[in-house]
Amino acid sequence: MQSGKKIRVLIAKPGLDSHDRGAKIVARALRDAGMEVIYTGLRQTPEQIVETALQEDVDVIGLSILSGAHLALFPRIMELLRQKGLTDVLVFAGGIIPEEDIPELKKIGIKEVFGPGTPTEMIIKYVLENMQKRT
Amino acid sequence: MFDKQKIEEIAKERQRWEKTTLPNWIKHCPERKKEFQNHSGMVIKGLYTPEDIKDMDYMRDLGFPGEYPFTRGLHATMYRGRLWTMRMFAGYGTAEDTNKRFKYLLSEGETGLSTAFDYPTIMGYDSDHPMARGEVGVCGVAISSLQDMEILFDSIPLDRVTTSMTINGPAPILLAMYVAVGDKQGVPREKLGGTTQNDNLKEFFAQKLCIFPPKPSLKLSVDVIEYCARYLPKWNPISISGYHIREAGATAVQELAFTIYDGIAYVEETLKRGLKVDDFAPRLSFFFASHNDFFEEIAKFRAARRLWARIMKERFHAKNPRSMWMRMHVQTSGCTLTAQQPLNNIVRTTIQALAAVLGGTQSLHTNSFDEALCLPTEESVRVALRTQQIIAYESGAANTVDPLAGSYYVEALTNEMEEKVMEYIQKIDDMGGVIPAIEKGFFQKEIAESAYRYQKEIEEKKRTLVGVNEYAIEGEKCPVKLLRVDPSVEKKQMERLQKLKRERDNRKVEEALEKLHYAAEKDENLMPIIIEAVKAYATLGEITEGLRKVYGEYKELIII
Repeated sequence: MQSGKKIRVLIAKPGLDSHDRGAKIVARALRDAGMEVIYTGLRQTPEQIVETALQEDVDVIGLSILSGAHLALFPRIMELLRQKGLTDVLVFAGGIIPEEDIPELKKIGIKEVFGPGTPTEMIIKYVLENMQKRT
Repeated sequence: MFDKQKIEEIAKERQRWEKTTLPNWIKHCPERKKEFQNHSGMVIKGLYTPEDIKDMDYMRDLGFPGEYPFTRGLHATMYRGRLWTMRMFAGYGTAEDTNKRFKYLLSEGETGLSTAFDYPTIMGYDSDHPMARGEVGVCGVAISSLQDMEILFDSIPLDRVTTSMTINGPAPILLAMYVAVGDKQGVPREKLGGTTQNDNLKEFFAQKLCIFPPKPSLKLSVDVIEYCARYLPKWNPISISGYHIREAGATAVQELAFTIYDGIAYVEETLKRGLKVDDFAPRLSFFFASHNDFFEEIAKFRAARRLWARIMKERFHAKNPRSMWMRMHVQTSGCTLTAQQPLNNIVRTTIQALAAVLGGTQSLHTNSFDEALCLPTEESVRVALRTQQIIAYESGAANTVDPLAGSYYVEALTNEMEEKVMEYIQKIDDMGGVIPAIEKGFFQKEIAESAYRYQKEIEEKKRTLVGVNEYAIEGEKCPVKLLRVDPSVEKKQMERLQKLKRERDNRKVEEALEKLHYAAEKDENLMPIIIEAVKAYATLGEITEGLRKVYGEYKELIII
């Protein structure tokens, strides 16, 4: 990443659930922290999410899910990202994701999982630090 | 409420107190904050006196329970006569799993059923639809056809329980299935009691589980209201819901204002069907959240009843007092539950439940302590139900009617709540009503703004969340046993559905779906035809797909 260029983030909601309070708050907090944020809206299929990531040329994807379908949907998203060559995109997740599922998600390439009660400051810091490492 | 001379005397004494007693105390013990506010941003004073309610008129603003304006309660005896309905929202896995949970809850003393459907069902997809992958039976029970519904209510006599169904877009279809199960059990339709949430308007700005665009969605809600008014006299066709508005981030004032405005819109639309207000208004019901600020919530419930009574009388000229009744179901607030130190949630739920009882609710769901982590286990649901039973039988809160009436603070808050709601109602009236306001994104912006502000207040520690931004446990591990839905549910459900599609009379299904298409294009009330279709075992997905072809699909208006 070149310095001076804004970090581009896609906040995406896979799954059928409609709990977008957290996703929107995170989107807004990242935007207020100076990033370029695209929010997909609800009920996006893995294909739609990866297509948007490609079109929008994002550096980061935040996946928000509260329906419990993360183990069914996240592997597909990660697989599609690989297929499209988007392997250097930083992917993190949030929502209602049981602790015991986190190791499996990390194995497929999701770098971090933020649970309920995470301050937005922590997510901002996480994105900034990880993006810096790449410069 | 007080004579003028008395008020002047009190005012004089208050001023003296502020000059003499108060400053000494402040010197030794300064107030913890510069300003105290409730969730709606109302500034809370240190002390309330008769001055704060001097313009109230007892008979005009409070009256007696069971009488207009119902501030003190809908029933003259309230919980001395009959306790509220303890109704626990439940549903997961297959219809068999949930049928078992229902029977468990009834055996533990629950007094009404409440059904949670899975996301595919809520969105009008059958379990075998590609969008349903990974979601079948996960957040609720999977219901794709009448066959599933028959299993769900197996050996539960529908004339002896009332059932609430949290379903909106497909509400006509699920209600049709319930009617069909009732018919099979031989229960006369006039004896079927329960509620369909069926509040499509709030979907567009709060719960956001929208299938069709706003206008046909409103039409379907009103189809159910009209059908019930004519044929299902004991069914509550709609539960006009503030709960989701609140959970999406609205304040108490916004929750109440937007919900009441949705109520106004349903009344206006139903009147266009040629019904008189007193023909259907008595069966409209409401659903609110109970959040953390104890007195704010109590004031909200009391103000809600008074507002609705006044609106029904003054705006819609209702004559039957029951048309002025705001019957409400309350659920404790899910978004206040914390994943950290989850047992603390039992305490939060208790406070919220007590507020609902002191606010005079008709029905109550208490959340389980593990719900910030997963669906509740049998143990956690039992604690939640016991919370209600302890309030009912041990706390004494149910011993008298509207125990907080006359509190200077509660009455002042109730009045302020009403005033602020009326300002919103005026504003939405000026915008041309609910649908233009939705299309402009008015509600969406208001809610997103409040949600963001609330989050900031927590992060800046202007608001303390025990166990989260204060009193946290470093390196806390999740201490509770989580309920996981068996992954074989999806497979079982798909097999059952495929078998059904092979074995039913497919010609009859096609005919029913064609008839439905024709009726939808002609803008008829679809309830009778949907009942016919589900009885032919047309699936939820097939019926919804047919309607999607006529009405189109809603495209989300994205507002951050």
